[in-house]
Amino acid sequence: MANIAWPPASKRGLIGKSISRIDGPEKASGRAKYTYDQNPVNLLYAKMLTSPYAHAKITALDTSEAERMPGVRAVYVFNGVGKEVNWEGHEILAVAADSEELAEDAVRRVRVEFQQLPYLVDDADLALATKDGRTRQLGAETSGDPAAGFQQAEVTSEGNYAIPVITHCCLESHGSVAQWAGDKLNVWISTQNVSGAAGEYAQSPDLNVPASNVNVDCQVMGGGFGSKFGIDTWGLAAAALAKKSGRPVKLMLDRKPELLMAGSRPSLRGKIRVGAKRDGTIVAWDSDSWGTGGMGVVGIHGLLPYIFRDIPNRGSRYTAVRTNTGPARAWRAPNHPQACFLTMAALDDMAAKLGMDPLDFFLKNLSLAGERAALYQEELQKAAELMEWKAKWHPRGDKTPGPIKRGVGLSIHTWGGLGHDGYCRTTIHPDGSVEVATGTQDLGTGTRTVINIVAAETLGLPLDGIRVEIGDNKYPPDGASGGSTTVGGVSSSTRVSATNALNQLLAKVAPALGTTPDKLEAVAEKIQVIGDPAKAISWKQACARLGTTPIVAMGQRNMSLISSGVGGAQMAEVSVDVETGVVHMEKMVAVQDCGLIIDIKTATSQVYGACIMGTCYALHEEKIMDQQTGTCLNPNMEFYKLSGLDDVGDIVVHMMTDPAIESRGVIGLGEPPVISPGAAIANAVANAIGVRVPELPMTPERVLDALGKGEMA
Amino acid sequence: MRDFEYGNPSSLKQAIALLGANFDQAQVLAGGTDLISLMKDYIVTPRRVVNIKGIADLRGVHESAAGLRIGSATVLEDLFERPAPLHPFPSLRTAIAGVSSAQMRSMGTVGGDLLQRPRCWYFRNGFGLLARDSQGRSLVPNGDNRYHAIFDNAGPAYFVSPSSLAPPLITLGATARVTGPKGSREIPVAELFRTPRDASEREHTLGPKDILTEILIPARSRTLRNATYEVRERHVMDWPLVTASVALRMEGKRVRQATVVLGQVAPTPWRSQAAERALAGKELDEAAAAHAGDAAAQGAHPLSRNGYKVQLVRVAVKRALLQAIA
Ligand SMILES: Cc1cc2nc3c(=O)[nH]c(=O)nc-3n(C[C@H](O)[C@H](O)[C@H](O)COP(=O)(O)OP(=O)(O)OC[C@H]3O[C@@H](n4cnc5c(N)ncnc54)[C@H](O)[C@@H]3O)c2cc1C
Ligand code: SF4
Repeated sequence: MANIAWPPASKRGLIGKSISRIDGPEKASGRAKYTYDQNPVNLLYAKMLTSPYAHAKITALDTSEAERMPGVRAVYVFNGVGKEVNWEGHEILAVAADSEELAEDAVRRVRVEFQQLPYLVDDADLALATKDGRTRQLGAETSGDPAAGFQQAEVTSEGNYAIPVITHCCLESHGSVAQWAGDKLNVWISTQNVSGAAGEYAQSPDLNVPASNVNVDCQVMGGGFGSKFGIDTWGLAAAALAKKSGRPVKLMLDRKPELLMAGSRPSLRGKIRVGAKRDGTIVAWDSDSWGTGGMGVVGIHGLLPYIFRDIPNRGSRYTAVRTNTGPARAWRAPNHPQACFLTMAALDDMAAKLGMDPLDFFLKNLSLAGERAALYQEELQKAAELMEWKAKWHPRGDKTPGPIKRGVGLSIHTWGGLGHDGYCRTTIHPDGSVEVATGTQDLGTGTRTVINIVAAETLGLPLDGIRVEIGDNKYPPDGASGGSTTVGGVSSSTRVSATNALNQLLAKVAPALGTTPDKLEAVAEKIQVIGDPAKAISWKQACARLGTTPIVAMGQRNMSLISSGVGGAQMAEVSVDVETGVVHMEKMVAVQDCGLIIDIKTATSQVYGACIMGTCYALHEEKIMDQQTGTCLNPNMEFYKLSGLDDVGDIVVHMMTDPAIESRGVIGLGEPPVISPGAAIANAVANAIGVRVPELPMTPERVLDALGKGEMA
Repeated sequence: MRDFEYGNPSSLKQAIALLGANFDQAQVLAGGTDLISLMKDYIVTPRRVVNIKGIADLRGVHESAAGLRIGSATVLEDLFERPAPLHPFPSLRTAIAGVSSAQMRSMGTVGGDLLQRPRCWYFRNGFGLLARDSQGRSLVPNGDNRYHAIFDNAGPAYFVSPSSLAPPLITLGATARVTGPKGSREIPVAELFRTPRDASEREHTLGPKDILTEILIPARSRTLRNATYEVRERHVMDWPLVTASVALRMEGKRVRQATVVLGQVAPTPWRSQAAERALAGKELDEAAAAHAGDAAAQGAHPLSRNGYKVQLVRVAVKRALLQAIA
């Protein structure tokens, strides 16, 4: 009988190798069909009317003129007269019409009257928010004796740091296409939760459809990053408008609504004090921080200081601020990048004050970093080698003549990544073909490829000997893809289901090979006596013995194949033009563990992507709110700036793969590498220019201000 | 997008006949990279657009004794790909190269770049060119003005002129041919622009029935030392934060005459006579360039959040000057 345990390195033909994603050519050639590409006949297009105000009460709503326009087919109201809207972009209604342009025109013919109400959209001024009754302290932690700790400290470093609200900015915006066939609802939707979506549709009284009648399809996605767990009001609207009009409806968000309402990452601002001995030992921490995630009471409660949780005397307080801005959603490693930036920047400033190389300072204090201290040490040393840290690091302020200054900075991070629960089904057909199906989704991370690799490895087949079926809720259910849980979930359920199927096949063919199933293995498209290729029959011959009935076997996530908890270390090198304040990320080194790696190539790609995403929020990205108008000033790709290819330097990724790490099984990776870049790049900038730029993103304005060159009015 | 008529004339005369008495009636459509975006956002809603790309005379680059003639509907990529005509004008070439990506340059035209509307985020978000609230107060001085004007910003206009091509063309003494119902006139490129003093004025001097047909860079400008320096936060797919274009008539190592025009700092391309005076008759070295940069920054009135642009002006001017003589 084949065993579910992961094969040892010597027996792996595919797992842990570098394999290109199997749907790469489909995507690169444009053949892959995204939600936006679904165009059933008679399709209508829907657009939404959303609040132009940060806070208002709807006092009148008249859709009759819009509804009379030729080609306008249906209207669906979320928030009617008497309802309050609490941010610019808050949903009011949706209109379906024959064309996108007509739908947008019709939205503008809806007459709405508002009574405007007081609002706050900017969280920078805590005193103002407090006066407004918009704050709530979410947590106050103390351990040891902070006051005594600061008395013991021989050196104290203090600073203010801030990281603003940003959004998810998925390349593919949110949305769906909904089509009814009688009382059955078919939806194509860009979602991180294929198996869970039907249940959400079923909850709507407006749709009145049982979950069993809802088919959900999401073959490929252009990212979610935590913002696409639900069907959302716009998903519901598409289905409701399709029902009302009797025609299929497409509702995809344009970039503006996408940036206004489809998710944001909370800000974090704070004052931090760190106390240390002159030899570099950290003895005290105190932080007062706040942030906003819209009208919800959310934020980084309990995460400061980040990683260095064992600082003996520490106090930390976090206050959530409610603002009239689009709601926060989980953003790739929720809260960690913010907590990481504040912590690592404050510690880097302490190292500078002590005149220590931050690498030495961090290594010295790793005993305060908890259970993964030894791993961080190894990772930091590896990163230092790949960055040539010792050659590149200099005390703060590059003394090279000329305006271009270079510097290096570092950071460490942690994440969980335990695989979610889910099921997989393997079918072996008598003709030897195999299909592996699970109701999971590939956000663009390579999930499809990972499933293929595990199934092929388990059955001794080449990659193209398996057909992978995902992205449809008719397959066995899998969990939502969030929290870096997918790879652990699907790799283990696939492994178990493929092993179960193989064992049935081995039982069938054992007699023909004159042996018992426990003596057999599947390798190189053969079923053979273990270690004896002479006593074998081909995969095809083996399957032919099934007669007319395929083998079908289920598998469920298995804890013996996966685990949780990773660390990572990153180093950045930047150049800064101190006359213009323009920062360029020259190089990043990312060292990361994530247990047993199924595909080195897609894993490495995740880390590249994370370093790029991190460069974006370190240098450019910010949701800019205007208190005068209550509106977002940059809901577009011009002023909501992301890095372009030329703005990104070299990225060197090193995945930790020693046997001890691999023996932990599979652990998720999507999130951890995006945590450190902001901190590492910010610390590199401080190293280059000699002063801290306290607020991200580090735009020319902020860099020049930090240098004292940003003349005030 | 509001429904509109599409006029597709093949001659300039037909095109002018298709234009209207005001910009609500009709607007010129060149590459459409700016106009269509504005229409999709309902910022402008002309009832008719008049495509000028079908007019053969408006496209192409011609060298003659008078100088270099560039048809207004010539796409930027045509200029970018054929470096020969632009060889004497690195200043203009830098500005064109800065408009990215290749897709943008392949659609966007020279005339469209000059006449593109301001990027002011209040304007683009529907608060009008003068960015006023319902009581008529300007939103810019107390709002987020990090990208707004530091010169000529006493109000009511606070936006900055977005064209990267205007500053180099002005320093090179280029003229613009404008054709309207009453015939055509030739004006300095600088005179295409103005700072609107009230809501009835646009930032361009062209009337609703005028078409910019051609740019002429005079032959005598070929001997000017010229350069543009752009400060960009991102390398690509973005407008610069500040630009400086310079053109120098040299006499040995001395500057006989200098023209310095800044971009992204005022509602119009901003000529810095202070910098020009600082350079006249001087030997141009690093110190003189820095001194001219400081002179260019004089008289700036930064708003609450754009003080950093004053520093960018200093550097951009200094670097453009040093590049011009390198
Ligand atoms: C990502 C991105 C980056 C960019 N970066 C830059 C940059 O760095 N620097 C820069 O300068 N620009 C930049 N641009 C703007 C770009 O250069 C302009 O959009 C383009 O040049 C406009 O040309 P067009 O032919 O498409 O103009 P259109 O959109 O067709 O027209 C623009 C305006 O000019 C009017 N118009 C056009 N031609 C004439 C004419 N001959 N006579 C009378 N009126 C006319 C139109 O009515 C309209 O109001 C960028 C644009 C994008 C999208
Ligand atoms: S720029 Fe936008 S539209 Fe063009 S290829 Fe990239 S994602 Fe697609």
